[in-house]
Amino acid sequence: MDNNQFLSDWGLTIMVFLPLAGALVMLLIPRTEEHLHRTLALVVTLATAGIGAAVLADFDYNASETLQFVVNKPWIDVINARYAIGIDGLSVPLIGLTLLIMPLCVIYSWNHFPEPRNPKAFLILLLVLHTGMLGTFVAQDLILFFVFFEVVLLPMYFLIGVWGGEQRQYASIKFFLFTLFGSALMIVSFLALFFVTGGDTFVIPDLIRLVPESDISRTTMLLIFGGMFLGFGIKVPMFPFHTWLPDAHTQAPTVGSVILAAILLKLGTYGFIRVAIPILPEAAVSWAPWIGGLAVIGIIYGALACLAQTDMKRLIAFSSVSHMGFTMLGIATLTDFGLNAAVMGMVAHGLITGMLFFLAGSVKERYHTLDIKRLGGILLKAPRMGWILGFTAMASLGLPGLAGFWGEFPAILSSYQPAPGLSDVTFRVYMVVAAVGTVFAAGYLLWLYQRTAFGTPTDEFVDADIPDVTFPEWIAWVPMLVLILVIGVYPNLVFHVTDGQMTAVADWVANMGS
Amino acid sequence: MLASLTSVASALAQADGFERPAVDWHALAPELVVTGVLCLVLVADLFLPEDRKALLPSLAGLGLLGALVPVLTLAVDGADRLMFGGAYAVDDFALVLKALFLVAGYVTVLQSTNYIAEGDYAEGEYYFLLLSSILGMLVMASARDLITIFVALEMLSIPAYLLAGWRKRDRKGNEAGVKYYLMGVFASGVLLYGMSLVYGVAGSTKLVDIGEALATGESIPMITLAVVFCIAGFGFKVSAVPFHTWAPDTYEGSPTPITAFLSVSSKAAGFVALLELIVIGFAGQTEVVRPLIWVLAVLSMTIGNVVALRQTNLVRMLAYSGISQAGFILAPLAVVGQIGSTTLTSVVTYLLIYAAMNLGAFTVVMAVARRTGSAEITSFGGLFNYAPALAVLMSVFLFSLAGIPPLGGWLAKFVAFRAVVDAGTGWAYGLAVVMAINSVIALAYYANVAKEMWMNPAPDGDHTRVHVPVSLAAALAITAALTLGFGVTNWATELGDAATFVASAVP
Repeated sequence: MDNNQFLSDWGLTIMVFLPLAGALVMLLIPRTEEHLHRTLALVVTLATAGIGAAVLADFDYNASETLQFVVNKPWIDVINARYAIGIDGLSVPLIGLTLLIMPLCVIYSWNHFPEPRNPKAFLILLLVLHTGMLGTFVAQDLILFFVFFEVVLLPMYFLIGVWGGEQRQYASIKFFLFTLFGSALMIVSFLALFFVTGGDTFVIPDLIRLVPESDISRTTMLLIFGGMFLGFGIKVPMFPFHTWLPDAHTQAPTVGSVILAAILLKLGTYGFIRVAIPILPEAAVSWAPWIGGLAVIGIIYGALACLAQTDMKRLIAFSSVSHMGFTMLGIATLTDFGLNAAVMGMVAHGLITGMLFFLAGSVKERYHTLDIKRLGGILLKAPRMGWILGFTAMASLGLPGLAGFWGEFPAILSSYQPAPGLSDVTFRVYMVVAAVGTVFAAGYLLWLYQRTAFGTPTDEFVDADIPDVTFPEWIAWVPMLVLILVIGVYPNLVFHVTDGQMTAVADWVANMGS
Repeated sequence: MLASLTSVASALAQADGFERPAVDWHALAPELVVTGVLCLVLVADLFLPEDRKALLPSLAGLGLLGALVPVLTLAVDGADRLMFGGAYAVDDFALVLKALFLVAGYVTVLQSTNYIAEGDYAEGEYYFLLLSSILGMLVMASARDLITIFVALEMLSIPAYLLAGWRKRDRKGNEAGVKYYLMGVFASGVLLYGMSLVYGVAGSTKLVDIGEALATGESIPMITLAVVFCIAGFGFKVSAVPFHTWAPDTYEGSPTPITAFLSVSSKAAGFVALLELIVIGFAGQTEVVRPLIWVLAVLSMTIGNVVALRQTNLVRMLAYSGISQAGFILAPLAVVGQIGSTTLTSVVTYLLIYAAMNLGAFTVVMAVARRTGSAEITSFGGLFNYAPALAVLMSVFLFSLAGIPPLGGWLAKFVAFRAVVDAGTGWAYGLAVVMAINSVIALAYYANVAKEMWMNPAPDGDHTRVHVPVSLAAALAITAALTLGFGVTNWATELGDAATFVASAVP
């Protein structure tokens, strides 16, 4: 067996389960060995990233619409669940994002673990989360997908609930219950899909092939899509299911917020593009106007809510609702253009909002408050951090030349011409509304920046000792900042990877959906 | 009296050529081993000095493991054995369930070891009764005849009545025993009445004959009544709403190992009997069975859950959660006859996984209660800080009960969902949605305990360590390994799928 063969057979599996193995090893090491735990967690996340990098380097980018590194083995025969994994142009950017963010989170936590500390438990949960997220992005079997999709719930629940802020208990259980509600109905949908296609398989590519061959009534398809819509839509989160997000984000520890924003929310949008739309294109076309409508409501609602926030972290959380609205709008157009924009939006939002939450965490650590009124003059007290905040805020509001632009602008543009079968007029209205949303975005982000970074420090912090960016922070942030810039200047870095697969999905919908 | 005896004697005399039925000793070996050991325990108790009584639980435990050996050899042998004119079957179904009862019984012995030894209770009788009850369950797994089912039921119940009231100096203990006894006896009465009606219609007590006699599909009021009474009788055993009222008080007042035993083994035995009755005996009466079970399942899930939300005592909460879980186990029976053998597979799979995770949860309760002396949920505060391993294990069991992947419970729930959705009718989809909503409600109270353990401070800031005795640690290791293993492998489903009735015993 040569090297490449080994990589293509085992690469993904090792990448997914290495963090879990690391977590098991850490379970056996006593809690007092804090340094060992940190080092081990860093080594494991870096090793995972290394294996991931080897896989991604071996990926054939000219055939990104075909599944690669496919492994398809029986798993639980009696329920027809298979261990089917593989990656294509949709998974690659998100796996890359996950592989990047996790080591950075470990580095960022290096010497400021939130209360009640306990690095052992904290890092073990991060590693379990790591496995869950990577698994979701490689799973090609609905049951496997569902299991990984749910695996992330428990660690996140504990991260928020144990290491979170004042209202952590409320926020953590709200997060858990909302998501579980969605996934409970989602699993019913998966089962219904399984049985209406003949009860043979849960493997996604097979289901995509089987659905047009099976005689499924339109109502059934719409209902099945509806169940998936709830499952994924709550995770995204789409208006009006977003109410868990501000609480979870605000209360979560910094690293928890970063992972939540950067990766967990993407599980929802990923689910739409990976599962719901290709399997049920007809239902997708019927649902698309509603999804698009909710998306633009989300954009405007999120932006308006941002303008009313007094807490920096809560403001960023609501900006997530708004930004994910753009992503969902791109998805709702069901065109290759829109879908590409959506994936780009996911990556950009992951980097930018992840970065904003890092910054919010660092501000909180220095000022012990995130009350925007009490902050101010960060540029004077900690100039480097102030500039980084400015850079990230600009990226977030969609300044051309930075990553955020390539997520928002094409999504808006794509709704000028949605997929065949969708009403141009409706989507053009959405386009206008979404465009107005970008103005609001500029408004609340500039306003945030103005009130926190400009001016002079408030009286209580005039003489306070506010250290500038520390060494671990530099290491954690520089890769993200560089990527925001690089993708902004050369968006093809992402588009080239995703385009093949997104075109395939859009063509499939265009052929099947109308 | 005398006259009737002589008439029986003369009847026997007239029946010429009476032959002793051939006894398949191999097939009966598990029951015989348990019988032998329970006698041994009773005798050994007489002669052992007080300080050597610790041998008794070891003896009982080894006996149960010993009984597992013939179960394995029978499984390897693979032949279906029908005995006593078809009243007693040792088929794959019986073997899987016997293995479940023996392993669960072994875990119960492990749980009891310290509890009983340290609590000034009679030891020999305790293990004697426990083994008798397990013996009844072994018989139940093989029973294919109304009388055998009834004998098995009484054999497993009567010792359990006594065990439930084992804490005789405690008022709640007395309440537990009496309540369980009265309700149980009442249920037996209801069941017997149902069985007599069945016998009246079918003219036989053998399930396979009953299945054929009732297969006309005709809806005769008397048959309907018979079916309803039989199912109601076992409804008590599996604590399905509205027959659940004994469960919370009995669970709270019983010794905790017995609570676990009642909520797992005894409940499983009830489901075994229900499966035998519904799948074999009432196979032609699914039109009557389905709506009845549908209602029981929905009520059990919903009411069990809603009441569990309000509990402050962990054991009571687990009692209500068990009621709700019973609803989930019943759900596939609400579509019986529409989905072939999936009903059997999913119920057995659920029972296996439920046994592992529920026994595990009770084991942690026992371990923690040794230190805190309380099963109030608040007494679990800060557990993560002073006993992280127990807190993690408890979280594993609780979230498994809630059905969060990758812990075992999700697969149990999934097979139940799968069976229900498979039926594809409007009623089935309605049931699936009720199940989905209930699994979310259930999370709220399971997570509440997790919250207490992980996020709240210890009451009075008391951080003394918890000493976990070896036997409890062993019970935890077994249940945790199974809970995790069932979730990510095909063990449970393969066993559930293998558990089929011998073909000749199904109409």
